[in-house]
Amino acid sequence: MNAADPVRFGALKQRALLVGLAALALSLVGWFLDPQQFYQSWLVGFLYWIAFPLGAFGFVCLHNMTGGAWGFVIRRILESAAGTTPLMALLFLPVVLGLHDLYEWADEAHVAADALLQHKAPFLNVPFFLTRAAIYFAIWILFTQLIVRWSGQQDEGNEPRPNLTRRIQLLSGAGLPIYAMTVSFATIDWGMTLEPHWFSTIYGMLFVVGQGLTTLAFSIILLSKLSEREPLAGVVKTGHFHDLGNLSLAFVMLWAYMSFSQYLIIWSGNLPEEISWYLNRSAGGWEFFAPVLIAFHFALSFLLLLARRRKQAPSALMRIAVWILVLRFVDIFWLIAPAFSPGEFQLHWMDITAPLAIGGLWLAFFFHRLGSWPLLPANDPRIDEALKAHEVHA
Amino acid sequence: MSDVHDVYGLMVEFASTDDLLAGCEQTRDAGFKNIDAFSPAPIHGLTEAIGYEGKGWIAKTVFIGGFIGAMSGFFLQYWTSAIDYPLNIGGRPYLSWPAFIPVTFEMTILLAVFAAVFGMLGWNKLPQPYHPVFNVQRFKLASSNRFFLVIESVDNKFDRQATRAFLEGLDNAVGVYDVDY
Repeated sequence: MNAADPVRFGALKQRALLVGLAALALSLVGWFLDPQQFYQSWLVGFLYWIAFPLGAFGFVCLHNMTGGAWGFVIRRILESAAGTTPLMALLFLPVVLGLHDLYEWADEAHVAADALLQHKAPFLNVPFFLTRAAIYFAIWILFTQLIVRWSGQQDEGNEPRPNLTRRIQLLSGAGLPIYAMTVSFATIDWGMTLEPHWFSTIYGMLFVVGQGLTTLAFSIILLSKLSEREPLAGVVKTGHFHDLGNLSLAFVMLWAYMSFSQYLIIWSGNLPEEISWYLNRSAGGWEFFAPVLIAFHFALSFLLLLARRRKQAPSALMRIAVWILVLRFVDIFWLIAPAFSPGEFQLHWMDITAPLAIGGLWLAFFFHRLGSWPLLPANDPRIDEALKAHEVHA
Repeated sequence: MSDVHDVYGLMVEFASTDDLLAGCEQTRDAGFKNIDAFSPAPIHGLTEAIGYEGKGWIAKTVFIGGFIGAMSGFFLQYWTSAIDYPLNIGGRPYLSWPAFIPVTFEMTILLAVFAAVFGMLGWNKLPQPYHPVFNVQRFKLASSNRFFLVIESVDNKFDRQATRAFLEGLDNAVGVYDVDY
């Protein structure tokens, strides 16, 4: 088999699509039974899964700026994931439909009785919210599609194309700050304004870091499977997994740092409009989430990722990555869902089916894109050097 | 063999990193255990080439340092603000752990870094005012542009004549020297 031939993921794609469609059908039944619950579950699932394409977008930009062997081996995974942004725009539609059920600032009667929300109305109103969402998606789609297209063009022929590589780098340089800004704004819009009295300036960064961690974990899982067969077998070395493990360790720590900083500041201030967010999350069953996140999302993941031999063993690292992806969902659920039932834990069956629906559809589209081009980028002037540098580690 | 301990070992000189790496691998594969390599700059893969199987002492030292730092940082604050001089701050419990975390974190980093730096020096037996390798005149080039490999006489396979012949037979060996005590 030629190394440049794409690997098709027909079976995986089909299975993901089946699960996605089945879960979507169930969720649509749920929509008729309890539309409000459907929108809430959908928003949780949406905010969980959008981390996959957006985190990949951020990492592609980072890799294009810095090079680095860890990036070349997962670049096609990242680019294929980032390329799915149009699907995410489509999957955002239920949130638009459920705007009035989800956000109390979108309810005129509620705003009329709330002086603070009237004050915030110039920003928090339906037309401006939708305009902003359209701008975020337009930016994400524009950047990701251009990066994917140019990277594909770079593969053509046998010659390095310095001008094209330079153009990708310039776009990525602009993409990094734009990624951080748009994700920060978007998650404040979609997540933080669920409790419109509350505010936290670190909230956006919390999601940025979470998306980075999600993407790393996802890439590790795929790479550990792909490295067992052609064309990546023999190219991917223990050194690459070691690097990805180290990056994951850094992001686990960064996530803990962001989460704790927000808590420490609000806990120290102990002001009514701020602390209520944590009070809503410390009663009626929600109080178990924070200790679970501290113990598993941070402490256990941190300790597991400390050991060098675990980072160099693809199968061990993959199990940690799966673990992190599960805890990412617990974290997103804890950030978003208590806004709908403050101080009273609830788990609806749609909280499972809606994320499954989004995830199934997204994975199907992702594998479709990943199967459409070679798994290793070609003609990048830095790739030979980067892959050679890791040979000695093995 | 009576002459084994007359010298510290035998030293071979190379002119390039690739020669050094190849020489180290041959020496390792020939069954020598007590070997050491010297180079003016870090070389990827040299550790493996001399067959060094690290026991991870540094990692363990750093972990212990960090752990002691975390514990002492936390308990210092706990003892001062909850036991020795309990002070009511804003009606919070004396054991207000969130407020203790930043200092605990800093102490973890501080002692982990101390353990890393001093542990590295300690495990390397540094500072070491005297080492036999410096008795070789050309060894000063190890800090500019030459690469050296030493087989120590404590090695079980060491034999002054045979080992010298072995080293002289290595590819691109520039010279072989006795390392006097």
